[in-house]
Amino acid sequence: MAKWDWLERPPAPYTPGFLARVLVKAALLFAALNAAFALLDPLPALGQLSLYNRLFPGRPRLPYSEDPARSYNLSLWNLNAMLESHEVARPKAAGEFRVLVMGDSSVWGVLLRPDETLAAYLDAGGYATPDGRTMRFYNLGHPIMALTKDLMLLDAAMAYQPDLILWPVTLQSFPRGQQLEAPLVQHNAAAVRRLIAAYGLALDPADPRLLDDSSLDRTIIGRRRDLADLLRLQLYGAAWAATGIDQFYPETYEPRRSDFESDAAWQGLTPETGLPEDFLAWDVVEAFFARAGDVPVLLVNEPVFISSGQNSDLRYNFWYPRWVYDAYRSRLFERSQADGWPVLDVWDAIAPDEFTDSPVHLTPAGSRRLADLIAPILLKIAEQP
Amino acid sequence: MQLSHIALFAAGGLLYAGFCPPRQRGWLLMIASVVTLYWLQPTLTIFYLDFALPTATLALALAVWWVTRPPESPVSREDRLALALLAGLVLALSATRYLAPELRPTASRAPDVPPVALALLLLGLAGWALRRLFGARHGALTAALIVLVALFIVLKTPPLATGLAAALRGLTGQNQALAAPLDLEWLGFSYVAFRLIHTVRERQMGKLPALSLREYVTYSIFFPAITAGPIDRAERFVRDDRALLPGANSPDEKTAPRLLTAPRLAEAGGRIGMGLFKKFVIADSLALLALNAANAGQAQSAGALWLLLYAYAFRLFFDFSGYTDIAIGLGVLLGFKLPENFDRPYLKNNLAAFWQSWHITLSSWARFYVFSPLSRALLRRKVSAQAAVFLAQMATMLIIGLWHGVSGGFIVWGVWHGLGLFAHKWWSDRTRKWYLSLNQKPRLKTAWTAAGIFITFQFVTLGWVWFTLPLETAWRAFLGLFGIAS
Repeated sequence: MAKWDWLERPPAPYTPGFLARVLVKAALLFAALNAAFALLDPLPALGQLSLYNRLFPGRPRLPYSEDPARSYNLSLWNLNAMLESHEVARPKAAGEFRVLVMGDSSVWGVLLRPDETLAAYLDAGGYATPDGRTMRFYNLGHPIMALTKDLMLLDAAMAYQPDLILWPVTLQSFPRGQQLEAPLVQHNAAAVRRLIAAYGLALDPADPRLLDDSSLDRTIIGRRRDLADLLRLQLYGAAWAATGIDQFYPETYEPRRSDFESDAAWQGLTPETGLPEDFLAWDVVEAFFARAGDVPVLLVNEPVFISSGQNSDLRYNFWYPRWVYDAYRSRLFERSQADGWPVLDVWDAIAPDEFTDSPVHLTPAGSRRLADLIAPILLKIAEQP
Repeated sequence: MQLSHIALFAAGGLLYAGFCPPRQRGWLLMIASVVTLYWLQPTLTIFYLDFALPTATLALALAVWWVTRPPESPVSREDRLALALLAGLVLALSATRYLAPELRPTASRAPDVPPVALALLLLGLAGWALRRLFGARHGALTAALIVLVALFIVLKTPPLATGLAAALRGLTGQNQALAAPLDLEWLGFSYVAFRLIHTVRERQMGKLPALSLREYVTYSIFFPAITAGPIDRAERFVRDDRALLPGANSPDEKTAPRLLTAPRLAEAGGRIGMGLFKKFVIADSLALLALNAANAGQAQSAGALWLLLYAYAFRLFFDFSGYTDIAIGLGVLLGFKLPENFDRPYLKNNLAAFWQSWHITLSSWARFYVFSPLSRALLRRKVSAQAAVFLAQMATMLIIGLWHGVSGGFIVWGVWHGLGLFAHKWWSDRTRKWYLSLNQKPRLKTAWTAAGIFITFQFVTLGWVWFTLPLETAWRAFLGLFGIAS
């Protein structure tokens, strides 16, 4: 029987011909493997292979990090891998009423521990439907401001059998111009194009920001970063399981601003230009409801920081001049009336002290307060047959 | 060493093996080793120190070569040529300050040529004066030993290193409050110092062969082994070096051994490939979850701590043995058979066998120059054999610990292994007969061996807690591994 060190100790001296044959065969095999990889594009399928929910517990929020080494987490673009690493990928238990909480960084929970997010507080509430099913809440927020990203994630997450969808949004996610800005969206061009075609979204499928892969990009060499990310996601699973940490928490952070310049402009718009009808991507909201189909959706206009500092008569906060936010809210009300969207507007429901480093990021207490506000409405929706 | 360095070394090695005239091989290796010494030196915050430290390495090698030369051996023409070449190389490297930053082989912009020339001249004068001062050969050897050990202690002791860094910062007019041990990150010093000490001790024992300056410098700073060893023996290294020259293995003085052969390429390629896989695939992946000062305090359970600790144990092995494979592979390409540093250490069934297969060249060094002389000296002083072995083992493991750094963690790690080795000896002395009787019971022997492997691995792995964590964190983590919260 060959010894295990056969690689290091060849049984016979190598000859130049033998070496040349090895090199040629290795090169051919490598080229063939790359060609097969490019042809089959197995990356989405590979994303479904996950140690999470099997060897390690599923993550309570989607993978995302700007500091992987300290947060045992990373940002990647493989939607299947992202969702399979999440606890939502566990088989749905009998008697479970599954609620997906979609949204931006405020839902994901920047600066919040996994058990301090909106979804976590709702889950901890132990709510049940009238027919006795236990309501389980899954945090599918992702720290990017774009409705298209939420639509894309919902499209993938519908496979996990939701019974209700909670969708906190804010004006910053609406501008049409930034729907294709997010790297997660750009790296999933095929999925986005499919959604544009399916729901007739007023977005350009040929937009150069959507990243198309060449044949070389689809080889093993071209996909080496994506493959390494898949491996890293699994390895960080062990560290996540050992520490329960999925985000780096700095000792201090720069708090959201309270004083502003005398400036009422927003994304190139002024009170004089007003808020044009097609400036906001309402069609994506329509598509979101359409994609959810029979699954009820509660759209929440999420709380924002309301300043009383310098020039607060012009601006609510660093993001929003008063005029544009008011216009957005009235447009949201009109659309919800016209299209029958269930909307909960809690924009001013949280005290200013409960905001951390941005106009929408909440403290644990703010997050809990928001959960308390939303829960009764969700229960009402869940009561409906 | 990064991937780009290794790729360049491998490509350079192929060119050297294929095209370097045999007579020039030794010279080319010395030049490549000197340039690499400067090239791999990390950038330092103290002005010009990242140029001064490699220069100091060369000066140390030169000084120790001088004192370890056999008294009867004259300085040859080749030695003078090597000396001139070394000085010329240092000056040429300082002249690269005029090149564009991306073309410079030094860590940062080198000092100007005239001050470097002046410094070299002063160094030469100092060497000459010291030679006059230490006329007696034995005194010079002892002085060299003291200087090397003192330097080692200063660099490896954080408060002393910080003090030296502050003094250097004072000389350069930089903020002394910012001084830190990392200011003195000296590429390969630990390995170079142990090679130099080896030659001093071998000379004191009369075992060191006469080495030319070129051979000595190349041995001290051989570029494949500068960052992570192995710590070769001078006489073995020089045997390989001389075998590269024309007429070394053939009566025909013009015939030199061919380097670019299929078996050599296969062996070198295999070792380098294996090393790359171990280091850059396995070790770097395990690094994502290996135990460190940050995650030790974050682990939520004893099981989690064990997971992080096992990841660290395997990461350390694959990282270090991967670099060793790369060094050995590059050595093969250049015509050298560097010594092995690892031999499946985690599969050994007792601690003594582990230390004969983990960082073999360092543990051999410590056995030759600490354990053997110390135990002999203790026995001569009528200390009981058991006490002599205990003290010598403890001292040897402490030296190995302190080689990594003078800190509480490394001391505890050294004591941990010293005690473990002593316990193993005590146990094996008392169970030898019974163990031999196991030859009649192969199944029981296999089970006993498996248990030995498991226990040895657990013991070594627990020891890594002290090796990798600051002392206070290590203590908490150690207790945490057994479910005890401190």
